[in-house]
Amino acid sequence: MSDTPILDVRDLRVEIPLTRGTVHAVQGASFTVEAGQALGLVGESGCGKSMTLRAILGLLPHPGQITGGEIRFEGDDLANADPKRLRDVRGARIGIIFQEPMTALNPVMRVGDQIAEGPRVHLGNSRSAARKTALELMRKVGIPDPARRARAYPHELSGGMRQRVMIAIALSCEPRLILCDEPTTALDVTIQDQILKLLSAMRRDLGVSVVFVTHDLAVVAETCERIAVMYAGQVVETGTVDEVFRAPRHPYTLGLLRSVPRFDVVRQTLDSIPGQPPDLVAPPTGCPFQPRCGFAREDCLEGDFPLRRLGPGRATACIHDDDCAQDVSANPVIASV
Amino acid sequence: MAIAVAEGALDEVAEHRGGFRRRWYRTPSFVAGLLIVGTIVTMCLAAPLITSQSPTHQDLNNILASPSSKHLLGTDQLGRDLFSRILYGGRVDLRVAFLAVLLPFLIGTTLGCISGYYGRFYDTAIMRLVDVMVAIPFYVLVIALVFALGAGARSIYIAITFVGWVSYARIIRGETLVAKRQEYILAARAAGFRDSRIIGRHLLPNVITQAIVYAMSDIVLDILAIVTLGYLGLGIQPPTPDWGGMIADGQAFLTTKWQLSTIPGVVVVITALGLSLIGDGLADLLRPE
Repeated sequence: MSDTPILDVRDLRVEIPLTRGTVHAVQGASFTVEAGQALGLVGESGCGKSMTLRAILGLLPHPGQITGGEIRFEGDDLANADPKRLRDVRGARIGIIFQEPMTALNPVMRVGDQIAEGPRVHLGNSRSAARKTALELMRKVGIPDPARRARAYPHELSGGMRQRVMIAIALSCEPRLILCDEPTTALDVTIQDQILKLLSAMRRDLGVSVVFVTHDLAVVAETCERIAVMYAGQVVETGTVDEVFRAPRHPYTLGLLRSVPRFDVVRQTLDSIPGQPPDLVAPPTGCPFQPRCGFAREDCLEGDFPLRRLGPGRATACIHDDDCAQDVSANPVIASV
Repeated sequence: MAIAVAEGALDEVAEHRGGFRRRWYRTPSFVAGLLIVGTIVTMCLAAPLITSQSPTHQDLNNILASPSSKHLLGTDQLGRDLFSRILYGGRVDLRVAFLAVLLPFLIGTTLGCISGYYGRFYDTAIMRLVDVMVAIPFYVLVIALVFALGAGARSIYIAITFVGWVSYARIIRGETLVAKRQEYILAARAAGFRDSRIIGRHLLPNVITQAIVYAMSDIVLDILAIVTLGYLGLGIQPPTPDWGGMIADGQAFLTTKWQLSTIPGVVVVITALGLSLIGDGLADLLRPE
């Protein structure tokens, strides 16, 4: 693996001007993805995960726009690229897998044609060559009897098969990076596991990098090497999955980990993080997590809380991260990861 | 496991496969409409085989004749065979009606797509134009246009196109507004396709259904418009036979020779009914599963 990351998001800011005020959907998110690596981008609903993903592709919903920062992908700055350049990157060099394979596939187009469309447009393949590529991809992602299934419409396939089709589409132009937006949330658990295994296998075989947006920590534990925890539009902690899960250094991460249900411990109630995520129209001053934080002190109320480097590839936005460390050593979060 | 599930799902839906091809004959209104329109169109097309009478030949010694073996429905005030005039009149009226639907369909669909997909300026501009057109009643505008352009088929095409695209644009715009928020459109954009490809291959096939259904009832409207224009003397010009003109000409003899006006009128009604039934059936058949 090379030293320069394939994707380097630095201080990304996304704002959505609405009539009731400007939503600061992403306010200074930074993370990197190395070649061949999988990064899990986690956080609760509305924390800016999906906006970050859409900003990378330049597909922010109107009237949202990138107001600051850089998105370096293989050396190109996507944050300031013109629409035509972006179009050449999308699909061809960055693939995307959506959450709901039913709605993300065109209902009136045969799935074989949908897989073949990318190679035809981006790689200039002939109709027959693209069809061959599509069949090969379908076999690769584990769709039995591809010749027959290629003629099916999306509604004729099961959820798992549809998600396999989505993966085949994402892989069809041999991209260097695949963005996954909660790819298994809509699937039941057994299928979920198959799809995650398939994604991991594809990543190993093809050497693509993956960004995994999810709120499911178990998915991150199973598939990713690194994790970036987002809260209120910021990345508040990054590190390897192992480090972050064993020794979280941000109270929010700690709270997330503690609120995962466990089957090996009998508990009366499930721990949860009190309070609500902040209103992104008028974010609180100081640390965005401070109103909900059990460790908050006077100095959390004022100032900026940028990511602070703790070690190689390890950073936190919390200034009292020692408190977290102490809490974890007194009461370990992870017994079985 | 997954394979077994998919297998079951595929068998179950094999029934729906090529839904249209398999189900059309089980939709009564569609079949009935097809039979009615099919019969009328076939008879008009085969007019020279069905009747040996010329629709324009005047037999002035035999005017206002009652039905006989020679003249199945009798003759009009100029001694022309009524039956053959209805058949040949249908040729003209139906051809003009079908063609007059085509252009508004294409123009309206295109503008509706642009308006709905791009929104903002395009939407405002196109929809304001639509509002202006809608404010003026259909017949008033068509009649005024044909009057200004001069009677005849060419003017009818122009007038109906000018007025008719509005409905298609509105229908397609509405459908596009819904469809473009679907994730498959976002997926197509994320796949790096051009707008033209996204609109043509991903959006249009999903929104065109309603426009097709509407086109069927629009043909009815157009036939009525052509007949109305013919009745007012602005439509197809004599001696070419035309249903509207026949109704107008027969009016003077309504008390003695009622069939001169009534029968062309009934034919218009039956044709309209058949086309409406087809439209109804299509709406059922093309409704997404």
